[in-house]
Amino acid sequence: MGYTFNFIDVWHARDELLLGAWLTIQLSAVSMVLSLLVAVFGALARTSGPKWLQRMVACYVEFIRNTPFLVQVFVIFFGLPGLGLRLDANTGALIAMVLNGSAYTIEIVRAGIEAVNHGQVEAATALGLRRLQTFRSIVLPQALRAVFTPLGSQFILLMLNSSIVSVISADELTAAAQDIQSRTFRSFEVYMVTTAIYLVLSMGFTGVFAVTRRLCFPKLETR
Amino acid sequence: MRSLNFGDFLFLIEAARWTILLSVSAFVGGGVIGAIIALLRVSKRKPLRYFAIGYIQLFQGTPLLLQLFLVFFGSDMMGLALGPWVAATLGLSLNAGAFLGEIWRGAIQAVPRAQGEAAEALGLHYLPIMRHIVVPQALRIGVAPTVGFLVNLVKATSLASIIGFIELTRAGQQLNNVTFRPFTIYMTVALLYFLLCWPLTIASRKLERRMAFAYRR
Repeated sequence: MGYTFNFIDVWHARDELLLGAWLTIQLSAVSMVLSLLVAVFGALARTSGPKWLQRMVACYVEFIRNTPFLVQVFVIFFGLPGLGLRLDANTGALIAMVLNGSAYTIEIVRAGIEAVNHGQVEAATALGLRRLQTFRSIVLPQALRAVFTPLGSQFILLMLNSSIVSVISADELTAAAQDIQSRTFRSFEVYMVTTAIYLVLSMGFTGVFAVTRRLCFPKLETR
Repeated sequence: MRSLNFGDFLFLIEAARWTILLSVSAFVGGGVIGAIIALLRVSKRKPLRYFAIGYIQLFQGTPLLLQLFLVFFGSDMMGLALGPWVAATLGLSLNAGAFLGEIWRGAIQAVPRAQGEAAEALGLHYLPIMRHIVVPQALRIGVAPTVGFLVNLVKATSLASIIGFIELTRAGQQLNNVTFRPFTIYMTVALLYFLLCWPLTIASRKLERRMAFAYRR
C-alpha cells in the first residue's frame, strides 16, 4: 500500500463542507418538523378517520416503507415533471424527505395513540370535551411522550438518508463532498471527513432530542 | 428516443435478480459480522464490549451511502480495486453487521440470565452454553426483527447503483436514458421493489404476532 494521505485539499475546502453540514442540518430539521406534522394528521386519520381514509393512509404507509428512498427521489424529481409538475432540486429533496419520513412517523405516532388507555378518552367525553379537543389535549401529548425515543431514532435515520438526495444535487453535505472530490480527486480523504461530520451530526441530534424530551416532558424524569 | 415495450419490462425483472443476489450475499456477510458483533457486545470483557459498541455506533451513525463510497474509493486507494459488485457486497455487509449485531444482542439478552448461570453451575463452558442454551432460544426471539431488517437491506441495495453496480435501480436509470419515460419506469421499479419487500414485511409481522402470543402470560 503506497498511498499517502493528503488532507490539505480537504482543509482548503473546509468552508464548503461546513456550509454543506449546515444545509444538511436545515434540510433535516425542516423535514423532521414537517414529517411530524403530517404524521400527527396521518395517524389521526389512520386511527379514527372514515374507513376509506384509513385504508388510503395505510396504503401510502405500506408503499413508502417497502420501496427504497432513492427510487422515491427519482419518481418525485424525474417523474413528476413528466406529469407537468416541475420542481427544483431542493424542493424535490424536501418533498421526498417529508413523504418518506412521515410514512415511518405515522406508524410510530399511531402506536403511541393506541397505547393511550381508552378509559381516558371516555372520561374526556364524559367531561364534555369534543373529539378534537380530546385528541389534542389528552391523547396526543401522552402518545408523543410514549414514542419519543423511537421517534428520535427515526429522525436520525431521516437525517442520514438525506445524503441520498445528493443524487439530484440538492444542496447538502454529501453533494458538497462530491463537488470537492471531483475537483481535487482526494475521494477517500473527503468522504472520510464527511462521514465524520455525519457522525457528529447524529450525535448532535441525539443530544438535541434528549434535551427536548427533558423540556417537553419533565415528569418523565421523575418517574 | 424510442417507446417502451414488453422487453424493457423483462429487462427490469432480470435486473431485479441482481438486487436479490446482492441482498442475499449482503445478508450472509452481514450475518457473519452481526453474529460476531452480537457475541462481542455481550462479552464479559470490557474492551470487546466497547469495540462492539463503537462498531455499532459508527455504522448506525453515518450514512450508508458514505460507507459505500469509503469502501469503493478506499479499496481503489489501497490498490485493491474491488469493483462495484464486491465493494457493494462488502459495504452492505459491514453495515448490515451493525444492525443485525444490535438486533441479535437484544435477542441474546432477552434469554433469562438465570439459564446461563444454571448451565455454568452444571459445569458447562462458554461455548456449549451459547450453543445449546442461549443461541437456540435467541434465534427464535430474533427471527421476526431479522426478517424486518431484511426489508431495509433489500431497499439499501438500491444505493449500490450510485457506485455503478447494475441492479434494479441502475437498470431503471439506463432504461430511462434511452426511452425517457421517467414516471412510468421509476414507478415500475418502485413496484418491483414493493413486490420483493412486502412479503417480507408481512412475514415479519406474522412472526412477531406469533412470538407475542408465545410469550404471553
